Amino acid sequence: MKKLLSGNEAIARGAYEGGVHFAAAYPGTPSTEILENLATYQEIDAQWSSNEKVALEIGIGAALAGSRVLVAMKHVGVNVAADPLMTFSYLGVNGGLVLVAADDPGMHSSQNEQDSRQYARFAKVPMFEPADSQEAKDFVREALRVSEEFDTPVLLRTSTRISHAQSLVELGERQEIAIKPYEKNVQKHVAMPANARPRHVAVEERLQRLRDYAEQTPLNRLEWRQRKIGVICAGISYQQVQEALPEASVLKLGVCYPLPAQLIAAFAAGVEELYVVEELDPFFEEQIKALGIAVQGKALFPLTGEIFPNLIAEKILGEPLTVPLAVAASREEPAPVRPPVLCPGCPHRSVFYTLRRQKLLVSGDIGCYTLGASPPLEAMDSCICMGASISAGLGYEKGNPDLKGKVVSVIGDSTFFHSGMTGIVDVVYNRGTTLTLVLDNRITAMTGHQENPGTGTTLQGQPTVALDIAAICRALGVQRVREVDAYDLAALDAVIREEIAAGEAAVVIVRRACALLNKSVPEVYYIVEEKCTSCGACMKLGCPALVQEGKKITIDAALCVGCGVCVQVCKFEAIRQAGEQDV
Amino acid sequence: MSKTTSLVMGGVGGQGIVLASKILAQVIQDHHYQLKVSEIHGMAQRGGSVLTFVRFGAAVHSPLIELGQADYVFALEKLEAWRLLPYLRTGGTMICSSQEIKPMPVIMGRQQYPAQIIPAMQALAAAGQLGALHTFNALEAACDCGQPKAANVALLGVLARTLEFSLASFLAALAAVVPERFLEANQQAFLVGYQG
Repeated sequence: MKKLLSGNEAIARGAYEGGVHFAAAYPGTPSTEILENLATYQEIDAQWSSNEKVALEIGIGAALAGSRVLVAMKHVGVNVAADPLMTFSYLGVNGGLVLVAADDPGMHSSQNEQDSRQYARFAKVPMFEPADSQEAKDFVREALRVSEEFDTPVLLRTSTRISHAQSLVELGERQEIAIKPYEKNVQKHVAMPANARPRHVAVEERLQRLRDYAEQTPLNRLEWRQRKIGVICAGISYQQVQEALPEASVLKLGVCYPLPAQLIAAFAAGVEELYVVEELDPFFEEQIKALGIAVQGKALFPLTGEIFPNLIAEKILGEPLTVPLAVAASREEPAPVRPPVLCPGCPHRSVFYTLRRQKLLVSGDIGCYTLGASPPLEAMDSCICMGASISAGLGYEKGNPDLKGKVVSVIGDSTFFHSGMTGIVDVVYNRGTTLTLVLDNRITAMTGHQENPGTGTTLQGQPTVALDIAAICRALGVQRVREVDAYDLAALDAVIREEIAAGEAAVVIVRRACALLNKSVPEVYYIVEEKCTSCGACMKLGCPALVQEGKKITIDAALCVGCGVCVQVCKFEAIRQAGEQDV
Repeated sequence: MSKTTSLVMGGVGGQGIVLASKILAQVIQDHHYQLKVSEIHGMAQRGGSVLTFVRFGAAVHSPLIELGQADYVFALEKLEAWRLLPYLRTGGTMICSSQEIKPMPVIMGRQQYPAQIIPAMQALAAAGQLGALHTFNALEAACDCGQPKAANVALLGVLARTLEFSLASFLAALAAVVPERFLEANQQAFLVGYQG
């Protein structure tokens, strides 16, 4: 039976069919749906972990214990998990372990577009890269087998266009794999110098055997067509090359590390012109050139963003496949952009409105609230990576005395559990005076509403312990911990002023659930036209429900969720709730 | 290019582009075509432009559609239709809801919402650049059926009558994809669009 599955659904299915017993992940676009789908299989113990390092470490323990394991994360998550990954390579596995790294070329929903293939070479572990959902499913099964045969973790790389594109997949049965017996092996599993030295030798020998595997596996395949043009490619680029150059011969790499040197040499010898088409880094190109084989790649194609069929055709054949419809003449002006915005009723809005008014330096973090940097709120000074807000905030006041007493770090609830807590420890220990706002919207919102350690619910929707952020902060040594409702603008303003003035480490937990979680019918607001002076105070909130045309400001009743924050900024009592009496 | 049919489906986050593409994908699948559907998730969904590519035929390679390649653009919002217009090949079909949702630069008064979108597209159709242009107030049609959120399905009705698939196959896909309690309103909205 064939089923339409996204790459992520197919990876989950592959793990199921491949007999995986345990899976862990931290949500991150474009990887999130892998665990959400794994959670639907009762045979698999799947969990959200507090961060990617934790997810991989639990996975390592589970694999050493004898289970087959899948761990998933977005590309930048691998940075967080890089520490255990590098040494796990030395340890090897017992049950097979596949680590999915989901790249985001083009940065559809990411802060950078690093190329995860570098991690395979860095950690000296094999990496597979599927080109559609069928391969995504099949490659997970093969990766689990290879992991056990070669005693290594296996990386599976996807990109947004693989993870989020759906194509037809032939489903198979689950292969029931018994959990392997656990055997204590101190020399292999305790990474200290005396043990690690021989393990490094074993890793290098393993890589040599994996090179032989890469020469023989059907995952790497030659597709001979016309011999004039030959292209080496993998993953989504394989599809784009097929689209652009249907007559070209192709060496399709399913294993993108280590490379099959002999296969590449044979392919190069069989074509007149050899190209590499790969997004981001010249990962194949540099290794192929190191083999002494002449090949064209980044001389033609960009190091940044995605590579589409038109560009491939243009660079290799000399002209693009399609020409955009000639509409320029009929456009009186460019179409206004529609950037992502904080939703109507978003509890983050009042926070950034207040921070902007108080002219504070805002050290930001990763989540929906990064949109607080966008107009008209524009209340964020920096955003780096998960958890960096609190530690970088401390750095601002350490790095410039003029900034002391003006720094606010802003972090979401899920990000706080991910890697914010260690930053709090540092602020307290090193006598920082920064104020940390924990924007607790009771969910991991940006990635599509995943549970986290603060929500009291597991991945499967089962009740569990809900960790108390205020109690954690007190336990970490913060003396001043307060809570405030995000929709109470006056209280929010006062609490932030007081805590900034306090001159010592402080945490304010700003509470209000994500507006998208509230499914009740809202009591919407409207603007009393006679009272509105068009002063524009409400427009500074940047709420999509507040619309200005010329001087006239109205509330779009279809978008308003009745949060009432705009009422609090109107000095003319011009905003009323439906049903309220005129005064 | 091959005989692959390419549809670009767009709108604003929250308008239900994903559901509309799911119903269409179900219909295509029932006709045993090869099929690829490509979406973008994450930050883009927060009130931003949302874009889904649907491609089907005997063989489909790229899940993406490039400018000048689409046989159809299906847009749930007028400005998004205007933005997506260059995706159409010459002679392609535009299916556009006349609903307006103002983007933040317009809300803030920094830019104007283009006033002449429909007339400009009509001129393109008259000049033969567009093969067909269908504009339809899908939101109004959906509201008339008592379910404003079914605007996506109402516009899908318009698309359905331009495609090769039968009405029965669309109704079956609706029943398979739309949750039971919303099904009746969605069926009504679909038929309003289908009957024009």
